Amino acid sequence: MSEAAHAHPGLHHQFDSYEQQRQSASLGMWAFLVNEVMFFGGMFLAYAYYRHRYGHEFAAGSHSLDISLGAFNTAVLIGSSLTMALAVRAAQMGRNKAIVAFLIATMVLGSVFLGVKVIEYSDKFEHHHVPGPSFVWHDEAGSGKYAGADPFKIQIYFSLYFAMTGFHALHMIVGIGIMLLMLRPAWKGKWNLDNHNFVEGFGLYWHFVDIVWIFLFPLLYLIGRS
Amino acid sequence: MSVHVSPLRVYVGVFLALMVLTAITVGVAFVDLGPLNNVVALGIAVTKATLVVLFFMHVAHSSRLIKLSVVSSIFWLFLLFVFILADDLTRGLLGVAGK
Amino acid sequence: METTLPTAELPERHYLNQGQGIASWLLTKDHKRIAIMYLLGVTFFFLLGGIMAMLIRLELLTPQGDLLEPDTYNRVFTMHGVFMVFFVLLPVVPAILGNFLIPIMIGAKDLAFPKINLLSWYLYMIGGGLTMYAMVRGGVDTGWTFYTPFSSTYSNTHVMATAIGVFINGFSGILTGVNFIVTIHRMRAPGLTWFRLPLFVWGHYATSLIQVLGTPVVAIAIALVGLERLFHLGIFDASRGGDPVLFQHLFWFYSHPAVYIMVLPPMGVISELVAAFSRKPVFGYRIVAYSSIGIAVLGFLVWGHHMFVSGQSVYASVVFSVLTMLVAIPSAIKVFNWSSTLYRGSVSYETPMLYALAFLGLFLIGGLTGVMLATLGFDVYVHDTYFVVAHFHYVMVGGAIVSFLGGLHYWWPKMFGRMYPVFWSKLSALLVFVGFNLTFFPQFIVGYLGMPRRYWQYPAEFQVWNVLSTAGASVLAIGFLLPGCYLLWSLKYGKVAGPNPWGALGLEWTIPSPPPTENFDGVPVVKGEPYDYQTGEEIFGILGKEAHVV
Repeated sequence: MSEAAHAHPGLHHQFDSYEQQRQSASLGMWAFLVNEVMFFGGMFLAYAYYRHRYGHEFAAGSHSLDISLGAFNTAVLIGSSLTMALAVRAAQMGRNKAIVAFLIATMVLGSVFLGVKVIEYSDKFEHHHVPGPSFVWHDEAGSGKYAGADPFKIQIYFSLYFAMTGFHALHMIVGIGIMLLMLRPAWKGKWNLDNHNFVEGFGLYWHFVDIVWIFLFPLLYLIGRS
Repeated sequence: MSVHVSPLRVYVGVFLALMVLTAITVGVAFVDLGPLNNVVALGIAVTKATLVVLFFMHVAHSSRLIKLSVVSSIFWLFLLFVFILADDLTRGLLGVAGK
Repeated sequence: METTLPTAELPERHYLNQGQGIASWLLTKDHKRIAIMYLLGVTFFFLLGGIMAMLIRLELLTPQGDLLEPDTYNRVFTMHGVFMVFFVLLPVVPAILGNFLIPIMIGAKDLAFPKINLLSWYLYMIGGGLTMYAMVRGGVDTGWTFYTPFSSTYSNTHVMATAIGVFINGFSGILTGVNFIVTIHRMRAPGLTWFRLPLFVWGHYATSLIQVLGTPVVAIAIALVGLERLFHLGIFDASRGGDPVLFQHLFWFYSHPAVYIMVLPPMGVISELVAAFSRKPVFGYRIVAYSSIGIAVLGFLVWGHHMFVSGQSVYASVVFSVLTMLVAIPSAIKVFNWSSTLYRGSVSYETPMLYALAFLGLFLIGGLTGVMLATLGFDVYVHDTYFVVAHFHYVMVGGAIVSFLGGLHYWWPKMFGRMYPVFWSKLSALLVFVGFNLTFFPQFIVGYLGMPRRYWQYPAEFQVWNVLSTAGASVLAIGFLLPGCYLLWSLKYGKVAGPNPWGALGLEWTIPSPPPTENFDGVPVVKGEPYDYQTGEEIFGILGKEAHVV
């Protein structure tokens, strides 16, 4: 076992070949993502359930969000997906310095996204749009369009808004933390042509987080704008 | 090794397509299409997600098993939605309280 | 294959003595050691849940609520349910027997992700620890189902700690599921095609699919309950426009398939036991394998039968009712095929086989009453009565726990290299069977007569059934405690078992007991179908060791 470890750096003892290790890592990550799909799926289901009932109130809540910040963030996150894909490509070609550069770019873009999210959240706190006892609803954004909307039902919209974007942001924070830990091994050349499963697996995770936002953006920001 | 390295232009091309689709989805939201607004918004989101899955996540070049796992996650999501919405949408049809 | 005479001594080096001290266990990545650590954890939580069960039975000995306060009673049955469902029944077979045996049965050195396997154990223990913290701080009174809005708004017990414990434990199950799926897909020995896999492995594969697809949904449901408690969200609060029924949907989307997480691996155990002790291949191997997958998929389409009286639409209820009855088909296929395997086999009544036969009877009763409960009209009548309690105990204890005990007695000599005393083990199998039926059969009757579950007192006319049930519970408790005694005794004083004490077929019986850390001395190859007891051809070899192999 120890001789094998010297002869094949990065090949774990339970595997016979790099190919087996690579395929196992890839399947494992996909199985984990299936689980993540169902995790967010539960919230998307709750969204569909209540939007079907309270379409008017959902549109009212949606109008209080800043569409330009949402669109900006969408672009930022798509950009971070591109840099992540390029980091994986660099790993596939064994270019260590490029992995580091693209990881840093991804982290910067991810942080910009989270920064904008902080601005949006604090705006919600200032306007008392956070569900709970201190929730207040004035229909400034809709300018009287949503006068009859039930504040309780608007709170359901904001409950889902905070739960969905909150879990999404949590996934991004975890992702940025993992990327921080990846910088050093990437710089030291731990990931070579034979063994870069970790970068590929992490890339899948980051793209998944991007996909969740691709659905969240139209569902949360773009209701009843016409 | 059977790792498929996609050329740079694929990534940049997908990125540009995603940006254009984002612009379209924002623009269309302000045009009144009636109930079609939702259909268009979700259609564009599904298109974008498909691009990411196929090219950024390399599913286009992955084994059948990986493709199967993508399909099965969509299928189970479908089960979750169909059965719960089947309850939600048929509630109250009998006109009896609580049924 | 010849029976190896148990004259051999224990092997000099094996997984138990390679590395000494507590750190070598707590930091181990060996699937076999992690399985033993799960065995300790599960046994501990089983004892806790068992104490709660005895408190419930003692309280119900008399019609008056004279032992526990009503609030205490609520907490006791809740903690019983939480510990037994999440910390015993879900991990009992996969995390202990599955962890130990799957890599060996498929000829691998370990699971695909050994570190994640260890992480799963820590998540399990942390989740269990948090739940215990909730218990010692005063417990939870929501029932193990955490129904809203009671759990999210009104209950003033330790819902948060328990919910976080269950949430974390969920991730333990998900990671184990991912690990098993990848291992079974990618780590099989040369020649071990899908239809040469032992049915034990098929059962675990099906269960892993459910864990990965279902658990996240209950995780988000419980997370939303937590957020609702913390931030007053109102998603499940009817007084603020939310719908509590949505919680029940999300909860049961996982928690009904979870029943199949609990019972599919035990069914795999039963297939192994029935084949080994009838000396016959499992009748209709392929259909039994497919029926595991069939149960896993169909199991996702039936959860609404828990909600017939919850305000769910009757149209949905009818669909769920019909689909529920369909699950009986693959389940019945398995029972028929096991019975056909027994037919004209050379059946020997060793202890594991006694448990397997007990399973067949108990699961039959549990399954058939399940079909009764799937019937819409009947379910509305007996909903939330002891009829339901009896039904799911027949499936879960009679199914999962009994077959776990069968599997434990079957593979115990493999795990520790020593045999337990035959007389005591057969006696305890008998006590479990008699005690179990005495405990739970009266509950069918008293439930049908109308005694509701989760009440701490009841009309005097139900007392005779409850006294029978409590008496049975005492017998059952002895039946469960006995193995604890003689199995521990056997660790030191038991007869050395040798590699294959049962003369059974399977890769796990080709290696020493206890196995070495790396499981195999080389890469095993498989050349034939499993359970080939009749032709007696050698179907296992080691790659490169024997000239005639390959």
